[in-house]
Amino acid sequence: MSRVKTLTSLGIVRGFAAGFAGWAIGYGLVTILRVMMGLEVSWLPMTTQGAPTEPAMVVGALFGVIGFMLGVGAMSDWLKWAQGQETPLHHGPPQDRPAWTRWFGVDYSHKIIGVQYAVTGVILLLVAGTLAIMFRFELMAPGLSTLSTDASGAPATSWFYTAISAHGIIMIASILLGVGGMSNYLVPLMIGASDMAFPRLNAFAYWINVPGATLVVLAMFLGGWDTGWTGYPPLSAQAPLGVQFFFLGVFFIGLSSILGSINIIVTTLRMRAPGMSMFRMPIFVWAAFATAIIQLTATQLIGLSFLMVLIQRLMGMGFFDPRVAALGIATIEQMPPADRWVGGGNPILFQHLFWFYSHPAVYIFILPGLGIISELLPVFARKPLFGYKWIAMSSMAIALVGFLVWAHHMFVSGMNYYLRVPFMYSTLLVAVPTGVKFFSWVGTLWQGKIDLKTPMLFTLGAISVFLIGGLTGPPLGTVTTDLNLHDTYYVVGHFHATMFGGFVFPFFAALYYWYPKVTGKMYNERLGQLHFSLMLPAFYVMSLGQIWVGMMGMRRRIADYGPELGIAGGQMAVTIAALVIAVSVLIMLYNLIVSARRGTVAVANPWRSRGLEWQVPSPIPEVSYATTPMVVGEPYDYGLAGSTYVRMAPAMTGGD
Amino acid sequence: MDGSSNGPSNGLSNRRHLIIVGALTLIVTVIVALLLRNVQLFQPPASTQAGPIDALMAAELLIIAFLFALIVVFMIYSVVVFRRKPGEDGDGVHFHGNTKLEITWTIIPLVVVLVLGFFAAQGLADVTRAADNELKVEVIAQQFAFRFNYPDQGIENSTELVLPVDQPLHLYITAVDVIHDFWVPEFRVKQDAVPGLVRELRLTPNKLGEYKVRCDELCGILHHQMLANVRVVEQSEFDSWVNGKVAEAAAGPQLSEAAQRGQELTVSTGCTACHNVTGEAGGIGPTWKGVFGHETELADGSTVTADEAYIKNSILNPNAQVVAGYPSNVMPQTYADQLTDEQINDIVEYIKSLGSE
Repeated sequence: MSRVKTLTSLGIVRGFAAGFAGWAIGYGLVTILRVMMGLEVSWLPMTTQGAPTEPAMVVGALFGVIGFMLGVGAMSDWLKWAQGQETPLHHGPPQDRPAWTRWFGVDYSHKIIGVQYAVTGVILLLVAGTLAIMFRFELMAPGLSTLSTDASGAPATSWFYTAISAHGIIMIASILLGVGGMSNYLVPLMIGASDMAFPRLNAFAYWINVPGATLVVLAMFLGGWDTGWTGYPPLSAQAPLGVQFFFLGVFFIGLSSILGSINIIVTTLRMRAPGMSMFRMPIFVWAAFATAIIQLTATQLIGLSFLMVLIQRLMGMGFFDPRVAALGIATIEQMPPADRWVGGGNPILFQHLFWFYSHPAVYIFILPGLGIISELLPVFARKPLFGYKWIAMSSMAIALVGFLVWAHHMFVSGMNYYLRVPFMYSTLLVAVPTGVKFFSWVGTLWQGKIDLKTPMLFTLGAISVFLIGGLTGPPLGTVTTDLNLHDTYYVVGHFHATMFGGFVFPFFAALYYWYPKVTGKMYNERLGQLHFSLMLPAFYVMSLGQIWVGMMGMRRRIADYGPELGIAGGQMAVTIAALVIAVSVLIMLYNLIVSARRGTVAVANPWRSRGLEWQVPSPIPEVSYATTPMVVGEPYDYGLAGSTYVRMAPAMTGGD
Repeated sequence: MDGSSNGPSNGLSNRRHLIIVGALTLIVTVIVALLLRNVQLFQPPASTQAGPIDALMAAELLIIAFLFALIVVFMIYSVVVFRRKPGEDGDGVHFHGNTKLEITWTIIPLVVVLVLGFFAAQGLADVTRAADNELKVEVIAQQFAFRFNYPDQGIENSTELVLPVDQPLHLYITAVDVIHDFWVPEFRVKQDAVPGLVRELRLTPNKLGEYKVRCDELCGILHHQMLANVRVVEQSEFDSWVNGKVAEAAAGPQLSEAAQRGQELTVSTGCTACHNVTGEAGGIGPTWKGVFGHETELADGSTVTADEAYIKNSILNPNAQVVAGYPSNVMPQTYADQLTDEQINDIVEYIKSLGSE
């Protein structure tokens, strides 16, 4: 097959081509309609503020996403069903093209989709990380650098505000993809299932992320936006065009969450191997299950709130527009009495709608990672997981309580004062199930036989980092102290610690741990330890530095600060630490990429794990379990002589 | 899996291990707590509200020190003492859990957070309580400056916040465009300024000094620069400042009717938040004092005379002829729609009256 033919056969290439065509059709349609209505148009897109091409661009983007999904082939089976055609599920690499092409198009195997999720997540991690390095260069010393001033010395900081906004949302997308990768790859394997309940939905849920993330990245170049990833109106209602691409991109990334979670829930409830009761599942499956419940029920709210601002911009709706200027109000005398609305829309309503998803969202980000910690500790301590049932239930409890705390992001927002104390109590309550996890992890390590391989290093690092994140929470959850700390860099330190401890470190642990199972090769242990020994101390410096400068008065989301706060040293330390973390991540990438080719061949079960997936060859054959496994014992009975977890069929075939 | 080593590890009984690790935990708690107390963590407090807030924070830091030590010491102890030696192949001690322990470490944290919540609610009541004889100050936030009114003293649109020490304040806070936030780190408390809503904040500065109000809700590309000076002074100095401001407002230059209307417009449409008439440099926008007829250097390097046409164009097309050293895309571009031709002429007349060079 010729090079060109191979390239143009790739789903992703066809997707982008069809996406571009879709965008052009949408743009053209709206422009024609506007011409017919006598409205201002431009046949070429404009990205300047207030340009008349915004509606055309937004509808174009929508059509572009639909075009992409058609082009990549994520809807082809369903379209065939609509025409009464049969579509047998094809297993294995494509017959008429090189095997590697299956990674770049629609494939229905959960193992392929899991890797697609994880790799895309890592790519977005690198993009967002690069943005962070860029704006940390600005922040390392007081005063605006040449990056943020124009020729005449005036501040030119819009790139900075776009960069922090994009960093936030692209990191979130990266985390959602990493979560999707772990859940998709592991859940069916861990319960002895052949695949997910709905393989085509699974592929669709992965692929919708690609145009979604593309829109968010494009937003940086189509005018950017200055609202942060939280997109509060009225600022977002008047922001440059980039904010619309941000809103639309997040909408579709959110759709992926919802559709993917359906698969996890149904698969977990209906496809477990015989003998695997809910309390005999690997603990990670509980974590993925609790996470999926949140994704299924909360994500709609960010879609809604973003859609409302998008439509407020396009159609002049007044959802969040207090219309102060239109009502001619410029002094407080002209306003109604304190605590009464002037009329028009309510900006605080947006915050309620937004945070109703975005708080549970942070539990989506961390529950799987905490599940990874619980999963790996027994293997490397050679002891049962302490209090398995309590840990499983704590994930469900966190998922539930997480829905009751959102307004702790709004203590100073101007919402009704009486709401503050109840939300404070509910917020502090989340500490209880989280504490159960920490104590159980200590219980798992106690009296163990601990082996410090790279996955275990990252697991232990995750616990200590997540501890910092968790402990810095109560001062924010307590209204009184939050009055000082809200919107300072203390908050930035808190959530970086929780995100690194709850996702990044566990995700890296998972990458190292399952690497031999996925690739059949072993990564380089020395480089893994080097990665860890650079990243953990650097992260401590970065996180404690952020927390400290925030307490000293550094606000968040500012391009510059003055020398009078006395934090220049702390800021420099944070920037240098970020650079060290970046270098350590590059070391990991080098390790994982090169070991795939030059690594030693891995044995099927290098960690002597009792898990189902470790009882089959590496890499896992196309059909994971040639015959259905039988679960006959507890998953974590390390140290109990003669205990078995699962009985695999006696004759295993290797390879496809 | 082989199930050897079901006995105690390292020759020590479990109780011994727990005593050692317990002692280590206490030691590390004390070290961390001392560290936190002896490093400067906050700007020095300058309000009575800072008292309960800083006290609660200190208590929280103590709890944090203990819990951090508890988990990390146990973890590191385990990794060191219960380490697998090279060549060793056995497993750890086999136990699944301990229901009594689980209940204990569920109940105790629950009680701790409820108690913390109770004291925090008390603290919140303390810092939000109204006082007698409060001084009323209105805070109006806009992109990218604050204005302060003292309605009872008859002062409007001060760009600096001058306050008498130990005087309880009742702040009325709002915004005219997007959400901003009023915060002075030394005073601790903050409140979002929301357009369409007036929100109150109680504050009693109790330390003389100079501080800055810092906008603490992202409000656009100059959010970092949205600051205002605060001076906490003795009551007598405050009184003379008030008298000075009132006199200044009363004894303004004799303005024509058009210029008078123009002056009122520049206040009500917010111009004076960014453009001062005193001649001070360093504002968000260029000063108007002496601007009329002045040779002005523009950002693109050219020079222009600030005649009526230039001033009018600066209102209608703010980005067309930006002065060197000032940012573009900051001045609202809505004045062309918001103001009539006559209103714009009035404003030009007012600016002309501020002197020429």
